[in-house]
Amino acid sequence: MPYPTDFKYTKEHEWIKADGKNATVGITNYAQESLGDIVFVELPKTGSEIVAGKTFGSVESVKAVSDLYAPASGVVTEVNSELATAPEKINKDAHSAWLIKITLKNPAELNSLLSAQDYEKFVSEEAGK
Amino acid sequence: MPAVQATTPIIRKTALYNTHRQMGAKMVEFNGWEMPVEYPSVGGIIAEHNAVRTGVGIFDVSHMGDIRVAGSGALAAVQHISMNDASRLAIGQAQYSALLYPQGTFVDDVIVHRLGQDEYLLVINAGTREKDFSWVRDHTRDFDCEVENLSDDFTQIAIQGPKAVDLLQKLTVADLSAVRFYWVTRGGVCGLKNILIARTGYTGEDGFEIYIPSDEDTSAMVWNQLLQAGREFGVIPCGLGARNTLRLEAKLALYGHEISDTINVWEASLDRFCKMEKQEFIGRDALEKAKSGGVRRTLVGLEMIERGIARDGYRVLDEAEAEIGYLTSGSYAPFLKKNIGLAYVPPGFSNVGTVINVEIRNQPVKAKVVPTPFYKRPKKV
Repeated sequence: MPYPTDFKYTKEHEWIKADGKNATVGITNYAQESLGDIVFVELPKTGSEIVAGKTFGSVESVKAVSDLYAPASGVVTEVNSELATAPEKINKDAHSAWLIKITLKNPAELNSLLSAQDYEKFVSEEAGK
Repeated sequence: MPAVQATTPIIRKTALYNTHRQMGAKMVEFNGWEMPVEYPSVGGIIAEHNAVRTGVGIFDVSHMGDIRVAGSGALAAVQHISMNDASRLAIGQAQYSALLYPQGTFVDDVIVHRLGQDEYLLVINAGTREKDFSWVRDHTRDFDCEVENLSDDFTQIAIQGPKAVDLLQKLTVADLSAVRFYWVTRGGVCGLKNILIARTGYTGEDGFEIYIPSDEDTSAMVWNQLLQAGREFGVIPCGLGARNTLRLEAKLALYGHEISDTINVWEASLDRFCKMEKQEFIGRDALEKAKSGGVRRTLVGLEMIERGIARDGYRVLDEAEAEIGYLTSGSYAPFLKKNIGLAYVPPGFSNVGTVINVEIRNQPVKAKVVPTPFYKRPKKV
């Protein structure tokens, strides 16, 4: 599955897509593949603040628990409530099954994240380990 | 290069290792073995789990160990080292049992198969293979029997699910309808002669475990024929991930979790497999004393009430959030579609319906005690 070039990526396998101050956050296809069948997602409440590099929730597969790390700082404006009852949507299409939407505190933070090309290179090295 | 080099633990592989890799299995280290945890391209844990509940799945369980005890003193030896009553076994019958330490705690749980007049096969766990073999050998020296470690002689394949009998019957001349649950037979399988076929498993379903020669070609041939012949029943290969969730739904103990060298038989609620009325066996005296003293903790089944998945090792808290116990196993249950777990708690918290908390990432999350097993297979009409 290709990594959209209009997304930015973290080494913890989150993606973020920004449009001005508004951004959408999810986990990557590589993340869902490594996790396997996702059965539980824990997300922050609308209005709460998330901080770049800090955990903001977790995603669990049958076997594993994995923390979610904020790719950027901001305030949560919307939570994908579908995932509470249908977390498997992330397995089906990780790049469209978003987790949260945020208002960015500082859009320039995204400059330090990985491009699609860099991320793809990063995960191919991870997979080879 | 570091001055002191860490010793690399030896990771063992089964004869089906290459076959698993070719099928795209995700491999993990388990008790010193590199084993398939799931086959993402054909199933994934949930699909594999549900295939076994509704159809059939096959598992490579060659990491399990096998100890043969034979000779005129074999029965007496087996009686001495195991807690169930092996004298009740007819030739061809098997029973769930355990090897105990003198304090009544677990060396391992085992399936004891009586293969002949004076011949028994003990099937043991992967992680305890060497320990078990030494234990059995050392504690049977006074008996007239030989003890052999046959662990490397077999590739053990489990065929599990309501359609397991239909699948395996296509590949064997043995009449499987004549083999009851927890009985064994011998017969040709896939052109191989005299194969041990046991109607046993670790999934809560009907099924078989077959013991074939452990060379790579034979192992791959049988594995592939099972997949081929099982197509009409929707067979898929299953990994250790599904094996774990299946056994958890059926409340089957896992060594190092529900049972260990610090947990005794009464705490683990395995009373019905422990025959105190038979002659002396290792652990009996301690269990006798422990029984009169009563247990301080007991194994219960939990179902999450609030959102959250309980996991192995999580703490159990009472309603005032004081620690009262811990989870031995916990997971999302793919067939029941619930979040369940097994936990040790004081007897006062063991009644069905009791509400307790599981601590998940520092938060108390409500759960309740439920009847076990969580899943029981429907009786055949």
